Amino acid sequence: MGTKNIFNEWGIIITLLLIALPIIVASILAIVKAKAIIKNYLEKKEQERFNNYVKDLTPIEVEKLEQRKRALEFALSNNELSGKTQPVDNKGLIDNISTVETLRFIEQKKKSQPRPYIEPELSKLIIWYLGCATFWLLFGTTVGEYLGIKFVAPDVDHYSWLSFGRLRPVHTNAVFWGWASLAMMGLAYYVIPRVSNVPIASIRTGYRSLILINVSVVLGSLFLMAGINNGGGEYREYIWPVMALFGIGVFISLRNFFKTIAKRTTKEIYVSNWYIISAMMFLLVIAVVAYWPSWQTGLGETVVQGYYMHQGVGMWFMLFNLGLMYYFLPQQLNKPIYSYSLGILAFWAQILFYTLIGTHHFIFSAIPWWLQTVAIVGSAGMIIPVVAGTTNFLMTFKGSWHKLSGSYTLPFYLIGIIFYFTGSLQGTAEAFRFTNLVWHFTDFTVAHSHLTMYGIICFMLWGFIYTIVPRLTGKEPPQITVGAHFWLALIGLLFYTFPLMYGSTLRGLMWMEGTKSFIESVELMAPYWLWRAIGGSLMWLSHILFAYNFYVMVKRKDKITVPTSPIDILKAKQELDTQAQTN
Amino acid sequence: MEFFDNHKKLFRTALGLFVGLTLIVAIRPAINNQKNNAPLPNYEPLSEQAYLGKKSFIANGCVACHTQQVRNVDMDKIWGNRPGIAADYAGITRTDFWRNTATLMGTERTGPDLTNIGARQPSMAWNLLHLYQPRAVVGKSIMPAYPWLFQIKNKVGKNEVEVVVPDAYRKGINGKIIASQEALNLVAYIQSLKQTPLPNGKAPMEFLYKKKEAPTGKKGSTLNLPDGKLLYTNNCMSCHQANGEGLKGAFPPLKGSPIVLGDNLELYVNIIMLGYDPRPEYATMNAVGTDNNLTPEEVTAIINHERTSWGNNAKKVTTEEVKKIMDFIKITTKK
Repeated sequence: MGTKNIFNEWGIIITLLLIALPIIVASILAIVKAKAIIKNYLEKKEQERFNNYVKDLTPIEVEKLEQRKRALEFALSNNELSGKTQPVDNKGLIDNISTVETLRFIEQKKKSQPRPYIEPELSKLIIWYLGCATFWLLFGTTVGEYLGIKFVAPDVDHYSWLSFGRLRPVHTNAVFWGWASLAMMGLAYYVIPRVSNVPIASIRTGYRSLILINVSVVLGSLFLMAGINNGGGEYREYIWPVMALFGIGVFISLRNFFKTIAKRTTKEIYVSNWYIISAMMFLLVIAVVAYWPSWQTGLGETVVQGYYMHQGVGMWFMLFNLGLMYYFLPQQLNKPIYSYSLGILAFWAQILFYTLIGTHHFIFSAIPWWLQTVAIVGSAGMIIPVVAGTTNFLMTFKGSWHKLSGSYTLPFYLIGIIFYFTGSLQGTAEAFRFTNLVWHFTDFTVAHSHLTMYGIICFMLWGFIYTIVPRLTGKEPPQITVGAHFWLALIGLLFYTFPLMYGSTLRGLMWMEGTKSFIESVELMAPYWLWRAIGGSLMWLSHILFAYNFYVMVKRKDKITVPTSPIDILKAKQELDTQAQTN
Repeated sequence: MEFFDNHKKLFRTALGLFVGLTLIVAIRPAINNQKNNAPLPNYEPLSEQAYLGKKSFIANGCVACHTQQVRNVDMDKIWGNRPGIAADYAGITRTDFWRNTATLMGTERTGPDLTNIGARQPSMAWNLLHLYQPRAVVGKSIMPAYPWLFQIKNKVGKNEVEVVVPDAYRKGINGKIIASQEALNLVAYIQSLKQTPLPNGKAPMEFLYKKKEAPTGKKGSTLNLPDGKLLYTNNCMSCHQANGEGLKGAFPPLKGSPIVLGDNLELYVNIIMLGYDPRPEYATMNAVGTDNNLTPEEVTAIINHERTSWGNNAKKVTTEEVKKIMDFIKITTKK
């Protein structure tokens, strides 16, 4: 078959459109910023012209201007009626005055809102979850960064523990089970008691779960580096006893959440809880099916592998994050979700279609043809929950777009939502049989998984973390490093994925053509692998900034601030007095 | 709705739906697959050594870059003689109680597919050198090197295998580089990877998405032969190198070689089809032509490429001449 007409293939066209979307959104953001800079520049020019004019003024002209100035400046003294008594605000009408005294290099975004009381014990638990997650993000992506370098410099080291094949699963599993999973569970410990309007059933269970999961990732990483793995199925590289620790961790937290929901004081179960509880139940089903240590001979392993890896992504990470989004987005925009029913439709549609699509990773392989077809049909069906979810989120945004520019958290939400749409539908397009010919086995898959796991999941999680941690600790991150985190991560992701997708397409077409040797297709990829390493470095840098921001948000020591408002002054005096008494 | 406000009913329904679908698309197909497929009659289980090699292949995560599946699409034809079928994997069971079945089908082809590598590149010397330092034999390779599978010794002991490494890749090493048992096991596993032939009379599944065949010209002429350079790259280059100079102490040069340039076409075709091992200073050459089912046209194209490249300048040969010799080889080897 001819390869010149690939632009007539629907799968390719859809993918190109989807690839263009985030670029457009990022471009709009960039254009808005650029316009402001240009405007600033033009105004400066105008100013210069004016200065020249002022220099050439004659004394007579100056005298005239001064005369006019005196006339215009005539004013009453403003205390004709009150006399010389001091003004008093007896009813406290004037409050929360913000003043600008210094030059502002970056736009000041809105401060986080103080929130109703959250038990300090629970706060501490959540911070622990998020702190561990941040550690795993740094660890996992440092490994990932190193792996990216190995594509460019394969002889950078020769230690067995650091060889590519062993480190690759260390990277994927650490960011999956360490970073994203712990962050999601930590956030769930905030959301579930909030929307159920009761305290969490048990904080201790939360800690037990946290320890189990951390132990699982530590052991898993060490085992992988030592060469002990489960046999090569992606994301299933931890051996079952290690994964069992993770599973037990999720199971006891699931029971904890379930108990909390059971004694809720609200009548209905908020849709967030549907998503979160289901994600946890499904993860356990997936893990038991995939890890049960007494079956899966031959291709049985492959059928289960397709099911496992895709349900892990879609039923655990995606479903869980959508649940969190249904809580945080309306919260941040201070309005209800656009349509509750759309959220429910998306929920059932996601279960129905997503469960079917696993085997689309093995199109044209030896697994039954009907199963491959079911997977392709299911992938197409995913349009329903994705469009429903995206519509719901964007319509909630509608009318609040102005809040975007004044908030340092909402841009993370928006990019997450955009990638939710484009990344998920790209998956659909990739599952078609023709697109599979071009892209399967190439790094296109790697680019896709980063567009989704990073573009969707990570951006959403960062948005949520920046939203709640200041509420828990009362400390805000420096806005300039949050901004730098956002842009480095976004630009890094684009540098990472776009060259990789382009190069992989060329590589796939070269394979289909069949007139060049395999090693030439390796050579072809070299520049795109370099771009991937560059993009990866930017992403990695952004994580360091994130870790710094997190540190600032939770660090114990407050900067010593001299109280200025009357309330704070009185409070300080009272504290000092009581201290003196107890001493 | 009452149903949506009852947490027990709601979550049970969601769980039930998910488990039901799981049964349909994962558990039942998986069980059917493992029940209803048996290994092919000609299937050879792994030898003890190859089995240990497979364990090492798993431990080092080679599957991250190498697939082991020939899909039923035309572009996968270079990786095997026929598309893979369920029976090809049916003999693979759980590694042990702790570790899952390793079909090693893989999802990434950063490196070549290995389904049939045992037929394509069976040379022990090449595989060991390639493991020690892939770039010593394939300059543009980005595969990790595995020097920890080798030991440095002063003397080559009995039953030990020395790896001859080009000077550029043995900086700071004075002794002999000896393959460890693990490296030998790994190579044994790689050599064992061959597609099992289908039972007699069974036609393999067809490859889909076929390319349009380019119209071929008159048979027998030197025109319209397949691309000799590409065939050389795919079949010969990994040992004799892109510049035709081979590797000192491992693979002989073709540039200026008396066999390549000489008139003894029979010996030349014999070497390509059946392999060669007369000279102790070089590694044994495998039966590259027979292992890869090269046709007379392909062999002719390779010979003509070798006779006219890297400064070689000998007369081209015709397909008829080569075919005659190959027919003779077929008759003699069948006996």
